[in-house]
Amino acid sequence: MLQKKSTEITVGMFVAAGIAALFMLAMKVSNLSDFNSDPGYKIIAEFENIGGLKVRSPVTMAGVRIGRVGNISLDPDSYNARVTLDMYASFDNIPTDSSASIYTAGLLGEQYIGMEAGAEEEFLQEGDVVELTQPALVLEQVIGQFLFSKAEGDE
Amino acid sequence: MIGIISSLGRWGLGVFERLGRGHLFLVQILAGIPGLFLRFSLVVQQLFSVGVLSVLIIAVSGLFVGMVLSLQGYYVLVDFGAEESLGVMVSLSLVRELGPVVSALLFAGRAGSALTAEIGLMKSTEQLSGMEMMAVDPMRRIIAPRFLAGLISMPLLAAMFSAVGIIGAFLVGHGLLGVDDGAFWSQMQVKTDWYDDILNGVIKSIVFGFVVTWIALFEGHDSVPTSEGVGRATTRTVVHSAFAILGLDFVLTALMFGED
Repeated sequence: MLQKKSTEITVGMFVAAGIAALFMLAMKVSNLSDFNSDPGYKIIAEFENIGGLKVRSPVTMAGVRIGRVGNISLDPDSYNARVTLDMYASFDNIPTDSSASIYTAGLLGEQYIGMEAGAEEEFLQEGDVVELTQPALVLEQVIGQFLFSKAEGDE
Repeated sequence: MIGIISSLGRWGLGVFERLGRGHLFLVQILAGIPGLFLRFSLVVQQLFSVGVLSVLIIAVSGLFVGMVLSLQGYYVLVDFGAEESLGVMVSLSLVRELGPVVSALLFAGRAGSALTAEIGLMKSTEQLSGMEMMAVDPMRRIIAPRFLAGLISMPLLAAMFSAVGIIGAFLVGHGLLGVDDGAFWSQMQVKTDWYDDILNGVIKSIVFGFVVTWIALFEGHDSVPTSEGVGRATTRTVVHSAFAILGLDFVLTALMFGED
């Protein structure tokens, strides 16, 4: 009987350790912890070109993460990329004339949206559109423009 | 010439016969599982011998695999100035691949071979026949609890392997190589997805647990009841499990992560 009791205890500890490991993977390793943290609000930004931006890319302001990209679609009228930003609820004081640009983290890093605060007294609300946007820098275009201007300069 | 063809035919028939017996065996196991919930203590006993006794080897191997991944990954990443991505590299390779696969291989070696030997000896000492004589169905009393225990322990062991491996990688990465700890964890959290990465890894490990325990129990039950036969069955368990794990891993990876 004693033998059986200790077996049960160790099995219980085993199962608990397994679940704890899974829990650690969920909370510490994966992004599950910021799924249901706060509902936040959604704003929309239209870009001419989003480059390599992906869903769940970070949205930052002054380098601080203030949200993530929620959805990307193509606007059927303007043929611009329509990006929905899921902003964290704690950052609810972003002026309406703030601008959004797409930057690259490092030379080879992933792309993210950097926001710069405007001076307006009113703040962005659920469903508002960010007016000032700057598209992603596509390296081929930049090189193309550089070569083009170089060729013109030679003449 | 005819002799060669007929021996090929005999071999083919033997393979299919064994496959058929294996699947009938699986059906019998699955039929025995619902009754287990009335006598769960049988499963608990098997969880001890299959799961708890495998924890040590899984945890130690996980720790070392994580530490080695950290060292080797750093060597590559530092050339690109991306050593902060060490956490992502380690967590994705552990959670997606190495956790389920290596822990399943270890599980086949540690628990699978033990199951085969146990069942094979029970058969050769005619304990299974003895149970049938007493109107106790060995499928329900002996085989099914072991199967369920294997199925439950495998995902838990794989999760422990990955978790311990990530801790090991952190110890080496932060302590030895001086990677910033904040970047290590935050990059990992950004890039590792709960559904795409971790749950798919758990699904993999459940599949591997299913297959390994099935193979181990079938080999034991189907072994030639001599000491040599049991020995061969144990070897076959480990070899076939390894094949099954690695082959299935390719199929599952192609299904889960193939598109993007």
